[in-house]
Amino acid sequence: MATISMTVNGTPMSGEAEGRTLLSSFLRETLELTGTHVGCDTGQCGACTVHVNGKSVKSCNMLAMEADGAEVSTIEGQAGDDGNLSALQAAFQEHHGLQCGFCTPGMIMAAASLLEANPKPSEADVRKHLSGNLCRCTGYHNIVKAIMAASGQDVGAIAAE
Amino acid sequence: MYAFDFEKPSTVAEAVAALGDEDAQALGGGQTLIPTLKQRLASPSKLVSLAGIAEMKGVTIADGVLTIGGGATHAEVAADACAPLAALAGNIGDPAVRNRGTIGGSLANNDPSADYPAAMLALKSTIVTNAREIAGDDYFQGLFETALEEGEIITSVRCEIPDGANYQKFEQPASRFALVGVFVARYADGVRVGVTGASEEGAFRWSEAEAALNANFSADALDGMAPSADGMISDLHGSGAYRAHLVGVMARRAVAAI
Amino acid sequence: MPADGGIGASTKRREDVRFLTGTGNYTDDINVRGQAYVAFLRSDVAHGKINSVDTSAAAAMPGVVRVFTGADFEGVGGLPCGWCVTDKHGEPMQEPAHPVLAQGKVRHVGDAIAAVVAESPEQARDACEAIDVDIDELPAVVDMKAALVDGATKVHDDLTSNLCYDWGFVEENKGAVEEAIANAAHVTTLELRNNRLVANPMEPRVAIGDYNKAGDDSTLYTTSQNPHVIRLLMGAFVLGIPEHKLRVIAPDVGGGFGSKIFHYAEEAFCTFAAKAINRPVKWTSSRSEAFMSDAHGRDHVTKIELALDADNNFTAIRTETYANMGAYLSTFAPSVPTWLHGTLMAGNYKTPVIYVNVKAVFTNTVPVDAYRGAGRPEATFQLERVIDKAARELGVDPIALRRQNFVTQFPYATPVAVEYDTGDYNGTMDVLEKMADLSGFEARRKESEARGKLRGLGLNCYIEACGIAPSQLVGQLGARAGLYESATVRVNATGGIVVMTGSHSHGQGHETTFPQVIADMIGIDASMVEIEHGDTQNTPMGMGTYGSRSIAVGGSAMVRAAEKVINKARKIAAHLMEASDADVELKDGQFTVAGTDKSVAWGDVTLAAYVPHNYPLEDIEPGLEETAFYDPSNFTYPAGAYACEVEVDPETGKVEIQRFNAADDFGNIINPMIVDGQVHGGIGQGIGQALLENCAYDEDGQLLSASFMDYAMPRADDVPFYGVDHSSQTPCTHNPLGVKGCGEAGAIGSPPAVVNAVIDALQSGGHNVTHIDMPMSPSRVWAAMNG
Repeated sequence: MATISMTVNGTPMSGEAEGRTLLSSFLRETLELTGTHVGCDTGQCGACTVHVNGKSVKSCNMLAMEADGAEVSTIEGQAGDDGNLSALQAAFQEHHGLQCGFCTPGMIMAAASLLEANPKPSEADVRKHLSGNLCRCTGYHNIVKAIMAASGQDVGAIAAE
Repeated sequence: MYAFDFEKPSTVAEAVAALGDEDAQALGGGQTLIPTLKQRLASPSKLVSLAGIAEMKGVTIADGVLTIGGGATHAEVAADACAPLAALAGNIGDPAVRNRGTIGGSLANNDPSADYPAAMLALKSTIVTNAREIAGDDYFQGLFETALEEGEIITSVRCEIPDGANYQKFEQPASRFALVGVFVARYADGVRVGVTGASEEGAFRWSEAEAALNANFSADALDGMAPSADGMISDLHGSGAYRAHLVGVMARRAVAAI
Repeated sequence: MPADGGIGASTKRREDVRFLTGTGNYTDDINVRGQAYVAFLRSDVAHGKINSVDTSAAAAMPGVVRVFTGADFEGVGGLPCGWCVTDKHGEPMQEPAHPVLAQGKVRHVGDAIAAVVAESPEQARDACEAIDVDIDELPAVVDMKAALVDGATKVHDDLTSNLCYDWGFVEENKGAVEEAIANAAHVTTLELRNNRLVANPMEPRVAIGDYNKAGDDSTLYTTSQNPHVIRLLMGAFVLGIPEHKLRVIAPDVGGGFGSKIFHYAEEAFCTFAAKAINRPVKWTSSRSEAFMSDAHGRDHVTKIELALDADNNFTAIRTETYANMGAYLSTFAPSVPTWLHGTLMAGNYKTPVIYVNVKAVFTNTVPVDAYRGAGRPEATFQLERVIDKAARELGVDPIALRRQNFVTQFPYATPVAVEYDTGDYNGTMDVLEKMADLSGFEARRKESEARGKLRGLGLNCYIEACGIAPSQLVGQLGARAGLYESATVRVNATGGIVVMTGSHSHGQGHETTFPQVIADMIGIDASMVEIEHGDTQNTPMGMGTYGSRSIAVGGSAMVRAAEKVINKARKIAAHLMEASDADVELKDGQFTVAGTDKSVAWGDVTLAAYVPHNYPLEDIEPGLEETAFYDPSNFTYPAGAYACEVEVDPETGKVEIQRFNAADDFGNIINPMIVDGQVHGGIGQGIGQALLENCAYDEDGQLLSASFMDYAMPRADDVPFYGVDHSSQTPCTHNPLGVKGCGEAGAIGSPPAVVNAVIDALQSGGHNVTHIDMPMSPSRVWAAMNG
């Protein structure tokens, strides 16, 4: 066991971790930030996606000790300080981009990375970018739509096909 | 996962020293190693993270040679390498995987379905370690087998920039690894064709295609050609015959794209 | 309509805020003070005799609290099966024991042999590896037909064979069907497999058992679609805990798709172990563990024959199906290939006689049970594939052939025991033809061909039986439960309402849609209504959410309870206005006396109910809370028509979905946005089944697709945007909301459309391919083209 420290959603935090403690476990169990979910053990599902030093990573595929000293952002830090949903979160609600909600934190974190790098992604860009985030509920239709809407694009024609 | 210690050296020398311990193992980006550990398929006593070693970072192009630090992530390769290799790296896994996974880690693991081996065979590569330089042609030695010695670290990779090149990947539908991937590179002194995903022996150079393309560099030159299905991987996702066929298709598409 | 949305409004979901901000409360987010963790030692062989299990070394490992084996469970019951199917000879099915931990034998890879409870999950796993198990591996039976051969290795030694049942339906029609087939002008025959699937909700299963010694009561937190059913099954049949001593809580649940209906061994284990060690015990499944311990879905092999007369009218259908049960009977497994499948074999068509034979087979594989659609996708797939094949053989338009045979008069009693109350299959097909721009297909095909791709169009119809189910009917069919639903509507003094429902929401949005209904009925804002579900202590009896039953059955129970509340409130209002109840109307949250200007607001009435100063105490009690149980009189019958266009790469066999359009008739709609989302999700899963998903075993019973590395889940770039339309509406005639249910339609209607489209594409390229089994992976399509 060793004490590790990181800045999570702007707040310095620390806790004990073993060498084998995953970042996802450290966030969920030690820091009690349970918004980050774990949906697989092979790195495919992306429910555990967080940002480490500004880059999206799968927190179940990273050791907590690898994030020692890092800036970490999780779903809990995405809404504004006033509690208002971010534009991306609001678009997910507006366009019904979530159902059971389990993949949603990872989807939001992955989409936030996309929009930072590519403020006006095409449908193909969005679908490609989400290749590491599985959703079993939505058939992805409204997730893609919500992300495009959050980027300011008119998605009114999409539902009509 | 079994319990292990964690160490994060800041120089290659320190890393080599740390890897001298019994059952110590290097950790690149961990995108394959960590899932393997979760399945309890490996039990290192210590993981030595290479992520803090500044001298293993960076992607540079100078005098017709591309040099990639062993610790460069796929995302960094996708951003800064020459176009064909950048395109390959930009299609490995998914964005989060590319932000962690490193070229050194991938090459050290030598998964038979990984993308980089095809490129390294085609791009006249040199694998540079803390101890020596290994020609790409001598590096890959079968499934998950390489020329690396115990504790040896890939510090960088050098490739000769070709006149033209292209990588075509046909994805395994579940893992999105290469069911077949073909990297074609054209140099003044000849064409090199690297193939990954297909063979039970790991990545290989398709010499028949190279010969045909040296005679006539066009997709048509490969018409009807495919490597023998004998020795091709056959599994849930495709027979050996299918993989052999795909090698031909992907090679023609790569040539057509150059 | 209420300002913030009543029936028919696309109200935004209130549950979204917590999910979007990471503040949901899923079972794995719960940690009970003092909890220990369990890890299961699971069999790595498909079939074997357990000679011994030595736990002594494991028990001495660091952090280990206690090690359990099958012997610890000898005094308790096994996991019960909730449905007994009677075979064609009138005999009950063969029903093997299903122990919580293996006793004597292991019967599938993943069968739990022992369990270690320890201070941490990793310590529990470490200790599992120290358990010394001596197993003699036995030959495994994997293939269903091989399992039925005389002398085949038996999965259960105490059964007479691997045949669970041989079911004939309707047995009396068998002769008539044979005659019709013999006399047919044309018979189209097709053999096909409905591929085995893994539900894979994104949240893996979790169970936490907690025991309160002071009160001798137990609590189970679990990822369930139906906590009351788990309480009943586990309490009454496994652990012997009466319901008043057992509380089951299913908090936020991350998807189910059927796989979280069933009572699983891990739930019983955690509840049992918590009492045994007097500490809470938590189990969190990994995805790898889920692949070998969650019930799988589908896995039917069928031969279907469709007989037609000289005018192309359907005259008979005969099917023979082998249905894989896996190694044990999961909770509702026997009902899926029988009553949820055979009764739908008429589809949307007026075929006069039908005979369905189903042989359910035990194999050394994970148990198979309901997965989104459950039996109905299998029926639809066979029927719509064979119709498409018949149209091709006869050289007729597949839409015209379907239209010609549609049921058009309702109610319609099928030859397979159900009565469709209403529908308009031509109307739905009209919607589809327009929305899918079928007239533009040939131009699109030419454009694809110019790019070297083969383009195909596939169509199909579907009908499903939802709103499960009339209790007396299913009781006669072998169900060991009632299938009503209940709700309590509690009105507070200041007019706000809490609805406690036995339906469970795990993505369906009940917390939003159920209040829309109540708000509409009373004429108040939906924000005044709150939904509680998922806790047996706080809600009345509930049968849970599956079979597209929540709004049709749970919603109806809620409406009935609300009607009782409104009736009582009307009496109070009449008293306050000194009028007769018969003259009092409720509209927009105001009670008024017809023909006068007298009115009293909802809130004044509710306040009077709890502050009964001016109140008819001689006639009615104070308070305003009512409970209703609703038992449906029939199933509901959503139906639709789907169209899929694909492009096939002739060089690689890769299929890409280019367009997908769905026209559904769900009857009345509460929230169109949510209905669209349900259809989208179903289509996504159906495309997954058709192109990607394949749960495969090798001949030794090893699971080949044991993780997402080999089990291909649909991703965002595997699917297009979908066109969805539910404007064709024939309201259900027998429930108060006129609703039919929409949860499974997409998964039922889409696989045949995709397969039909791929066959069409290959035929257009000159390949005489009449069928490809799902999933139509690139390698399979390529093999079919080059076979």
